[in-house]
Amino acid sequence: MAEALTAHGDHGGPHAHHPDLQHHFDTLEQQHEAATLGMWLFLITEVLFFGGLFLAYMLYRVWYPVAWAEASRELDITLGAFNTAVLIGSSLTMAMGVRAAQTGKQRATVVWILLTMALGLVFLIVKYFEYKEKFEHHHVPGVNFMFEGPQAGPAQIYFSLYFLMTGLHATHMIIGFFIMAVIAWMAHKKRFTPEWYTPVEISGLYWHFVDIVWIFLFPLLYLVDRAGHFA
Amino acid sequence: MFPGISLFPERASALAADVDHLYYFITAVAAFFALVVTIFVIFFAAKYRTKDPMAVGARIHGSIPLELAWSIIPFLISIVIFVWSASVFFDLYRPPDQTLEIYATGKRWMWKFQHLGGQNEINELHVPLGRPVKITFTSEDVLHSMFFPAFRVKADAIPGRYSSIWFEANKLGQFHLFCAEYCGTKHSGMVGSVFVMEPAAYQQWLGGNAGGATLTSRGERLFGDLACNTCHVSDGRGRGPSLANKFGSFEELADGGRVTVDEAYVRESILTPQNKVVAGYQPLMPTFQGLLSEENVMALVEYVKSLRASSEARAEAAATRDATPQEHK
Amino acid sequence: MAMSITQPRVDYLNHEHTLASWLLTKDHKRIGILYLLVVTAAFFVGGLFATLLRLELATPAGDYVAADTYNKLFTMHGVTMVFFVLIPAVPTILGNFVLPLMLGAKDVAFPKINLLSWYIFTTGFLFTVYAMVSGGVDTGWTFYTPYSSRASNTNVMATGLGVFITGFSSILTGLNFMVTIHRMRAPGLTWFRLPLFVWAIYATSLVQILGTPVIAITVLALAIERFLHFGIFDAALGGDPVLFQHMFWFYSHPAVYIMILPPMGAISEVIATFSRKTIFGYSFVAFSSLAIAIFGFLVWAHHMFVSGISVYSALVFSFLTYAVAIPSAIKVFNWTATLYRGAIWLQAPMMWALAFIGLFLIGGLTGIFTASLGIDVHLHDTYFVVAHFHFIMVGGAIMGYFAGLHYWWPKITGRMYSDIWAKVAAIIVFCGFNLTFGPQFILGYLGMPRRYWAYPPEFQTLNVLSSAGASILAVGYILVGIYLVASLFWGKVAGDNPWHATGLEWTTQSPPLPHNFETQPIVTEDAYEYAVREVKVG
Repeated sequence: MAEALTAHGDHGGPHAHHPDLQHHFDTLEQQHEAATLGMWLFLITEVLFFGGLFLAYMLYRVWYPVAWAEASRELDITLGAFNTAVLIGSSLTMAMGVRAAQTGKQRATVVWILLTMALGLVFLIVKYFEYKEKFEHHHVPGVNFMFEGPQAGPAQIYFSLYFLMTGLHATHMIIGFFIMAVIAWMAHKKRFTPEWYTPVEISGLYWHFVDIVWIFLFPLLYLVDRAGHFA
Repeated sequence: MFPGISLFPERASALAADVDHLYYFITAVAAFFALVVTIFVIFFAAKYRTKDPMAVGARIHGSIPLELAWSIIPFLISIVIFVWSASVFFDLYRPPDQTLEIYATGKRWMWKFQHLGGQNEINELHVPLGRPVKITFTSEDVLHSMFFPAFRVKADAIPGRYSSIWFEANKLGQFHLFCAEYCGTKHSGMVGSVFVMEPAAYQQWLGGNAGGATLTSRGERLFGDLACNTCHVSDGRGRGPSLANKFGSFEELADGGRVTVDEAYVRESILTPQNKVVAGYQPLMPTFQGLLSEENVMALVEYVKSLRASSEARAEAAATRDATPQEHK
Repeated sequence: MAMSITQPRVDYLNHEHTLASWLLTKDHKRIGILYLLVVTAAFFVGGLFATLLRLELATPAGDYVAADTYNKLFTMHGVTMVFFVLIPAVPTILGNFVLPLMLGAKDVAFPKINLLSWYIFTTGFLFTVYAMVSGGVDTGWTFYTPYSSRASNTNVMATGLGVFITGFSSILTGLNFMVTIHRMRAPGLTWFRLPLFVWAIYATSLVQILGTPVIAITVLALAIERFLHFGIFDAALGGDPVLFQHMFWFYSHPAVYIMILPPMGAISEVIATFSRKTIFGYSFVAFSSLAIAIFGFLVWAHHMFVSGISVYSALVFSFLTYAVAIPSAIKVFNWTATLYRGAIWLQAPMMWALAFIGLFLIGGLTGIFTASLGIDVHLHDTYFVVAHFHFIMVGGAIMGYFAGLHYWWPKITGRMYSDIWAKVAAIIVFCGFNLTFGPQFILGYLGMPRRYWAYPPEFQTLNVLSSAGASILAVGYILVGIYLVASLFWGKVAGDNPWHATGLEWTTQSPPLPHNFETQPIVTEDAYEYAVREVKVG
């Protein structure tokens, strides 16, 4: 089936062996395309991962609109909106970081990544306070849940989904935070060049994804009925 | 030949034959294709067998007409099976209008049946020959499934919801009842029997097993005890809608939707009254979740059903009376 | 290539010997072997559970083990076989080994992630085994709520977490394979020159990455509901226990295509090689793999016809279920047509492949019964369903895996096994299998429900036949293990291409070099070009 012609191996030929070229790839371009394709596929799996919870959310929201509205109003919209702005800002700093790596600006890369991490940390701290408040108001299912009125059952489902969805998101943020720490360190060690900055780029993709998930979570969880259509 | 191997279960209902006929047809189709392919495989493997490791096969790549043929023909056969099967399915799921109603609950690990006349049975069900029977049931704990192989019917018992099956037994005898959804330790012990009796014998059985109030009268008593009648006043001027003549009709809801007042809606209104409030009324009704057993909910459902004053309802009520011994009350 | 046995050649097995060189390998071939070890262990564990439960079922009364024990046996049999044998076997063992070779590549796209996948898999397996030995789990492999979330007293959460962990292995492997196929094909290897095994792996990878995350979140939600008591499946709160079933089957139905597509791919390779001609209708077979993968996501609620879905939903899912059967039928017809005017060489891999066709066919046809609404009301949750899926999974997937294993064994190990014993084993397995599961179709229509520890006496004869068949099946499988292991020590040296097959994997030495090819292969022909090429004698 194949005829093995003399082909250029990985040494010699027009490409000198680039230090960042892994041995099973032929060119840096192939390696880069593989890495980005891999990360996009991974993000698709993440969409499906969160998707199961979004499905459950949709079903119960259709079944229990009143409970959803009442429970949603218990969330702090100011903190939620602030966190949304923080995350969008962190995506901006992330994009700037990728750009800096792409243009070979080593120190700027580190700074932008650190800023991204800082904003991520702010998000997580705010989340901590929100969770603490939920605990104090007895809105944590299974622990001390109490909810006034006849919507208590469905409201408990709402809060279960709230903690599942934001908890899963926060877990991804924490993982992202550590990934960024590694990237910042690598940038600090001047590992990236305009020819090879793939880890920055694909970490950026991951970070943007986590941001986008929040952009869905915020209106779905915090903004169910702020205009007050229900009694 | 081999004692104890039969190939088919008994047929004890009118629809069982329909299900079996469909089964025979699919078996024939499957056997045909299985045989054809097997014969071809064996034939080709034998005919074209070679011991010469250097031999090569003919240079054949494919045939679009053949591909289309063996895609389209099986698909068309599938459509035939699908349509036939859907028709049997509709018959299995749609009870006739007049049925003998029985309520049941499954709980680990037993089936409890309630006849309208108040007769209760555990793991046994007596039914008359030749009369459509509808069983409305739920689960008190985990998933179960009510399965009568002789009638070819099955439906899962789901906590929080009503399921129903119906059948018309056309053969006397005792037939299996199985739980067909795994429910724990004694899942295989959650079995029983359905006894199909001559109508006269059935009446006798009902008479001999009475001893409690009818389902309707129990429901009526609960309705009073739980003060439902203080809001659900029959002239419609109470805090809740009147329930007279409501069962089976449509109700407009406060959020603009519409609902049929069936067993499921009555149950939902008792246990989660805030979800589907009738238009024009306030969401004031308290929930009775946790305060009523499933059997008592069924009694209330049956009571609400009995409040139909239409001729239909009176016919049903008459049918109910037939199911209950006359000397009772 | 010199064939002197006395001249030792460097290959991926002998070039490094330390434990670290195995446990820290990035070589896809060694990783394939590592998976072989764990999956084989899992197969024996799952088989042990099956043996015990079939022993119980030989008598109607529950007299061999306690009811709770029986319930744990069938649960753990299912969990082990589904998650640790059927889903991984062909992709992680044969796929890992053969895919880069078939593509003319030096390795998969992400070798380190490949190794990570194995560690995740093994961790998940050990975690699950721990859950099993420290008390077991008895919810059925389907974990239906509310039993699993509220009532069961067993290690539900630990098992669920084991499955959760293992899911990531499946996702990463699928991802790795997809990128490899997209980006690492040899020059000249266009999509329509790919061997059909690659198409099958590609379609499988698609299902793995889209489906597995859903079971992951479902099992996670279940574990949290059980452990932290907050949840979304609780009827008392207004939750829907049936929602669990939707989420569970959204993955678990496509999962069965993860289990069957790769073996189908292996079958295509074996049939082509042992008929010495190209697979009839190559593009139809290739596209049917994709069609199965896509349609497979649209039929999940056919597991729920009597579970409380609406009549109209049932109609839609039933219709789509017939539709998804058609691509499989297309494959069977094409394989059969391939035999026509072929040069049929009835070596052991071909025996397993032909057995596959027969058994998979019956399994698939019996799916028509369960797809039919009117019949499924009666058959759901009876032994008919058990027989149906075992025909597909054991008669289909496991047979296909064995066909592939026997086919590529000489390439993987450099040794040949005894052809006679392999054929004997194939026959024993075929007969034992039919005796085990054939009677179960009858039992199912008679009404015997699944998961019954004790059953009415009238079902005994058929159950005894089934248990007898299971013992024969066990003998067959053990025999396979024996001669394959024996071949490692006493097998004839296989040579580079003992089957005179086409395919890039057969152009390298057996066992292959650590980096697969001496020089980058360049492809100029379609797959399976037997009629024109000069067959290189290995």
